Amino acid sequence: MVTGTIHDIGYRHYEGRRLGRGYVLRSLYVHNLRAAWGLGRPARAKVMPFLLAAIMLLPAAGDVAVVAITKEHDLLWRYPAYATYLQVVIAIFLATQAPVLASRELRFHVVPLYFSRPVGPLDFVLAKMAAMVTALLALMATPVTVLYVGGLVNKVPDAGGHLLRYLGALVGCLLFALVLAAVGMVVAAFTPRRGFGVAAVIAVIMLSSVFVVTVQGIAEAETNFTFAGWMGLFTPFNLVDAVQVRLLGAERTAVAVPPAPLGGPVALALCAVLVLGSIAVLYRRFRKGADL
Amino acid sequence: MPIIAAQGLTMRFPGVTALDDLTFAVEPGVVGLVGANGAGKSTLIKILLGLLPASAGQARVLDLDVATQGGPIRERVGYMPEYECLPPDVSATEFVVHMARMSGLPPTVARERAADTLRHVGLYEERYRPMGGYSTGMRQRVKLAQALVHDPRLVFLDEPTNGLDPAGRDEMLDLIRRIGTEFGISVLVTSHLLGELERSCDHVVIIDGGRLLRSQPVAAFTAASGVLSVEVEEGRDALGHRLAAAGLTVRPEGRLLLVDVAGEHTYDLIRDAVVDLELALVRMEQRRHHIEEVFAAPQAPPPQAVPPQVERTW
Repeated sequence: MVTGTIHDIGYRHYEGRRLGRGYVLRSLYVHNLRAAWGLGRPARAKVMPFLLAAIMLLPAAGDVAVVAITKEHDLLWRYPAYATYLQVVIAIFLATQAPVLASRELRFHVVPLYFSRPVGPLDFVLAKMAAMVTALLALMATPVTVLYVGGLVNKVPDAGGHLLRYLGALVGCLLFALVLAAVGMVVAAFTPRRGFGVAAVIAVIMLSSVFVVTVQGIAEAETNFTFAGWMGLFTPFNLVDAVQVRLLGAERTAVAVPPAPLGGPVALALCAVLVLGSIAVLYRRFRKGADL
Repeated sequence: MPIIAAQGLTMRFPGVTALDDLTFAVEPGVVGLVGANGAGKSTLIKILLGLLPASAGQARVLDLDVATQGGPIRERVGYMPEYECLPPDVSATEFVVHMARMSGLPPTVARERAADTLRHVGLYEERYRPMGGYSTGMRQRVKLAQALVHDPRLVFLDEPTNGLDPAGRDEMLDLIRRIGTEFGISVLVTSHLLGELERSCDHVVIIDGGRLLRSQPVAAFTAASGVLSVEVEEGRDALGHRLAAAGLTVRPEGRLLLVDVAGEHTYDLIRDAVVDLELALVRMEQRRHHIEEVFAAPQAPPPQAVPPQVERTW
């Protein structure tokens, strides 16, 4: 008869390999991506992101069903328009999840634990940014892919054209993700309380949109279409739509986009400025937040 | 080789000198860093981690230069901050595994070592629950675990006993002692309570107002003081007068008599006096110094910059 014994093996040193910067950066990215979807956290943290993802998928699935039943191929939604149609859902996702990545670790003073390890502030910000972009990209690209696959299954004509438009829309989704993450993360990083963070992100995205649409309405009533188009650069969804229309050959979804030939490059440059500026601001914010 | 060595280390902020020309070196072991709040302890740790460039002077940690080799230092040390640093919505296991990976441990090793380390600091089944519901004692243990999980050669523990009740404080001090002896990891532990470091440290560095007051082994602080304490059941005063009459320097302290040792015959005089007076001798022992006495009667002239009320806070 053998009885179980518990052995206290004492403290053991670790002589094995310590992986370098690439591994740490990758781990940090995966950790933040999981956090953006509430993985590794209690169930209630998962409710919001997955509920919103389901809501994002519903119209695409419904639309594919309608096309399948009616055989009216024109009813298939345009891929690049999907994000703009569902911008409220995407804005809510950004507002609830950006604070998780941008302000949670500042609020609970976790940041110094990173910077007292071999993690630099730039890597830290890049990993968070990349994770938020990936989370948003998954949110937007999945329903667009459902639309595309639904079209294929229902044998919509002009398969080559659909593929091109689908790929263009994926690039558009990436751009939406980059711009929205840049805006959302900066706003969230400066509103340490989570509730305020959610409200602030929603306010910035939605109020800028309402403001721009109002001004565009007035400008169009005055028949000043050029001005209405340029105004579109001042709200994220319209800004990316301008790039989609002018550079990716998509049809216009927003109220107005700036005129060719300058409109596209200017809009794209503005996207780049937003993303780089956001990284610079977050870098400074987290360095300051790391004060021991 | 000293684990930490500072040479003329100075840190000036606009309007404040946080560290003023600190020079000291400490050997591997458990080192206490003592100073009042605002004495410059946290600033010193920040500089030693290579996160804050000093205004003047140099420092080496594990024989690496803090100014130029901050990266390699941060791979080899652990750091436990003074304040709360735990996200409430993840479990201790999840958190410590993540921090292990942030120090470059591969995924499976990170899991194993996180489990081991949490066990060593005394956290068992609770480690799967979100940390928001932990007591202060449990939170301090998780903070300690994340500083140890990657098997550093040196850990900086900033006020680890803060907020703990007396029992928790004793457990934490025992744990710190074990880290230094059993685990073989050098420790720099800060505190504003001198007494608690006396038990757990090999060496104590005392700073005040950014200046070095003392840096020496604990044994030197607590060496025999050349004073005997004598306790008798009754008749303390009678014994005191008798000994004074015999030419010894005697003063009362509570139930005790403190007698300066003048030579071997002092012991005999006390014995004979107790026997003659028919008193019951409870004890007669060599009195040791306490580190606190450094502040009560500074042997070195007190620095001019220190306002006197700071010393009374010990």
